[in-house]
Amino acid sequence: MKHIESLQALEEFRTQLAARSSDQIVIRVCSTGCRALGALDVCEALENEIEKRALESRAQVVRAGCHGLCAAAVAVVIDPQGIFYQGVSASDATEIVERTVLRGEILDRLCWTIGEHTIPLQRDIPFYKHQQRLILRNCGIVDPTSFEDAIVHGAYAAAAKAIAASLPEDVIHEVLDSGLRGRGGAGFPTGRKWQFARAAQGEPKYIICNADEGDPGAFMDRALLEGDPHLVIEGMIVGAYAIGASKGFIYVRAEYPIAVEHTRLAIEQAREAGLLGENILGTNFSFDIEMRMGAGAFVCGEETALIASVEGKRGMPRSRPPFPANSGIYGKPTNINNVETWANIPRIIKQGAAEYAKVGTDGSKGTKIFALAGKVRNTGLVEVPMGATLRQIVFDIGGGIPEDREFKAVQMGGPSGGCVPDEYLDLPIDYDSVKKAGAIMGSGGLIVMDNTTCMVDIARFFTDFVQSESCGKCVPCRIGTKRMLDILTRLCQGEGQPGDVERLERLGETVLVASLCGLGQTAPNPVLSTIRYFRDEYDAHVNEKRCPAGSCQPLIRYRIVPEKCIGCGVCLKACAVNAISGEKKQPHSIDPDICIRCGACHEKCRSEAIVVE
Amino acid sequence: MVMVEASTQAAGAADPSESEIESVLDSIDYSPESNLIGALQEIQAKFGYLPRSALEKISQRTKIPLSRIYGVVTFYAQFYTEPRGRHTILCCRGTACHVKGAPRVIDTVRQELGIDEGESTPDLLFYLETIACLGTCFLAPVMMIDNEYFGNLTPRKVESILRRYRAQST
Repeated sequence: MKHIESLQALEEFRTQLAARSSDQIVIRVCSTGCRALGALDVCEALENEIEKRALESRAQVVRAGCHGLCAAAVAVVIDPQGIFYQGVSASDATEIVERTVLRGEILDRLCWTIGEHTIPLQRDIPFYKHQQRLILRNCGIVDPTSFEDAIVHGAYAAAAKAIAASLPEDVIHEVLDSGLRGRGGAGFPTGRKWQFARAAQGEPKYIICNADEGDPGAFMDRALLEGDPHLVIEGMIVGAYAIGASKGFIYVRAEYPIAVEHTRLAIEQAREAGLLGENILGTNFSFDIEMRMGAGAFVCGEETALIASVEGKRGMPRSRPPFPANSGIYGKPTNINNVETWANIPRIIKQGAAEYAKVGTDGSKGTKIFALAGKVRNTGLVEVPMGATLRQIVFDIGGGIPEDREFKAVQMGGPSGGCVPDEYLDLPIDYDSVKKAGAIMGSGGLIVMDNTTCMVDIARFFTDFVQSESCGKCVPCRIGTKRMLDILTRLCQGEGQPGDVERLERLGETVLVASLCGLGQTAPNPVLSTIRYFRDEYDAHVNEKRCPAGSCQPLIRYRIVPEKCIGCGVCLKACAVNAISGEKKQPHSIDPDICIRCGACHEKCRSEAIVVE
Repeated sequence: MVMVEASTQAAGAADPSESEIESVLDSIDYSPESNLIGALQEIQAKFGYLPRSALEKISQRTKIPLSRIYGVVTFYAQFYTEPRGRHTILCCRGTACHVKGAPRVIDTVRQELGIDEGESTPDLLFYLETIACLGTCFLAPVMMIDNEYFGNLTPRKVESILRRYRAQST
């Protein structure tokens, strides 16, 4: 690879590469998230078809990152037209190449549909139409393993501009003025954090990219690193220059093998090109990045725990101050930002703070990426301006709840966040408004729940999570969460006692104020927010030993409605414990004493004759 | 933090020899003061687990007390000190998977393999573990076998996937 010696050489290289690009048809297959459903087979099949017909000069397959609309996996976009195909499998390759590539025809059967409507073009699909994809702009477009492709799509222009043409202080001011706040959860102004690290005494200085995305329900950082790793590296180069750091770490979960692979490759490419290492772009600025893989500890997402882990120690948090800006890795000044925060930096530098700040609300600028999952039609990665409402995200973009069930709540911010009920559907979402609603923005996990989700069970689920991930260093978190879990477990088992809800509230408040680090300080949020909005469900569990959502197994009963049962016998065969009896073509019945409430019959019944009570 | 103990069935497997361990340790490039975790990850990738003698040798080479190394090993969920099944099945019990039926998926894996979380099958083909979230919520419920993802799972799909792995290995 070419070693790029100056700002000018970088731009010349970009122009050269751009001139080479032709009017080829590009088939972009999501090869990251969609890999689980056979995306790589699709790529191979398409390439074979192209080769068989000697179409290499006319069409090309790109193994791109996530297109965002994960519900459409395997998702394929065909450019320049922007045709969007969903649910593609290897057996579709022949037809795609023969008809769409060669003759420009659209295959209706692979198009996105809404009711009777077929929507062939990506930009017309409501999921995309209502988004503002600024940070995810190249995700799904570029080949994340190709340095040249990244350069053609604008990579490192901002880093070059910062290093070669600005003073570090000016870069910090630009970030300050942009109003960017940390995307990792707490929402601290990024520019301020950088100022602290720049002003701190001590050499060398370090920066860290926190990619230990551990929140259940979050996959934004994963998609960014898998789909556009050079964007994150570029943000880090700018940050290192502004702060005066000579070394950076990307701390990524080992559970993300594709992200690890793509990021590692991107670092090597950037190093070979002279964008990392000594005297970057011929200036006297030197900076390099090392990858560190997490080993399975949620608490390592907390910055002081993460620093301990980078140092090769047990990932236990410590009390602050001193803050990492003054005393981080090996006691040296260290600045930590989340993946998405770093990914915002190039845009700020390229466009200027004023332009960047045009998007968003007064207190929260720019866009936010959300990971939309749970009981929603269009699961996937969504990027909207700060200030968009939940209704826009869940209904306009997400397409609403499957089977037209009733919307109940969204869980925002993972185990540190809370459940936001339907009365907040029209609340413009930003850091401050979400906090007022009892949740936190968090890293951006957004899990939709319908009326079959039990809020007590969800609270128990998150408490179980934080309890097992608590590092055990401080008592409120270690023991408090355990006691909370005990109470929630007995509620879900129908053994709740009067006063349990009050006990939960009191314990929660204590854990909240007395814990050492962010994990404990936010651990009670899922419990407290569900008590606040769904107190009636708690009361039903305690007083009536009833689960209104029909979800807590010990509290429910399956019953066959005789009028609806056609006596087909499917449920009888599905039952593992022989709790169902009945003659053929006669209504069947379930013996509640034998039934283990596994739900297998309910799932198999085609006449909706089995109800949960 | 849960440190999963390996099953008793696996205990019969032979430990790697001294020379094997030495040669692996020689091949690892790590700065003693910081990349202990990376070194442990490499050793585990080679042997499938962290043999005690390897930990002792790292301690001798790096002058990091064995007690501290053991502290690190037991802190992180991904390190284990006993051999385990060849294919690691990671079932996700994250929020999205939970609301979309992960408990039944996990039960199916348990029944199909006859083992519980944190155990290996007697033939050392599978090891079962659950994880708080795989970050693959868009395909919920999800499991991962080694580095491969399987999404939109149903009990029936799980059965056929496991049988395919079985068939491939015989």
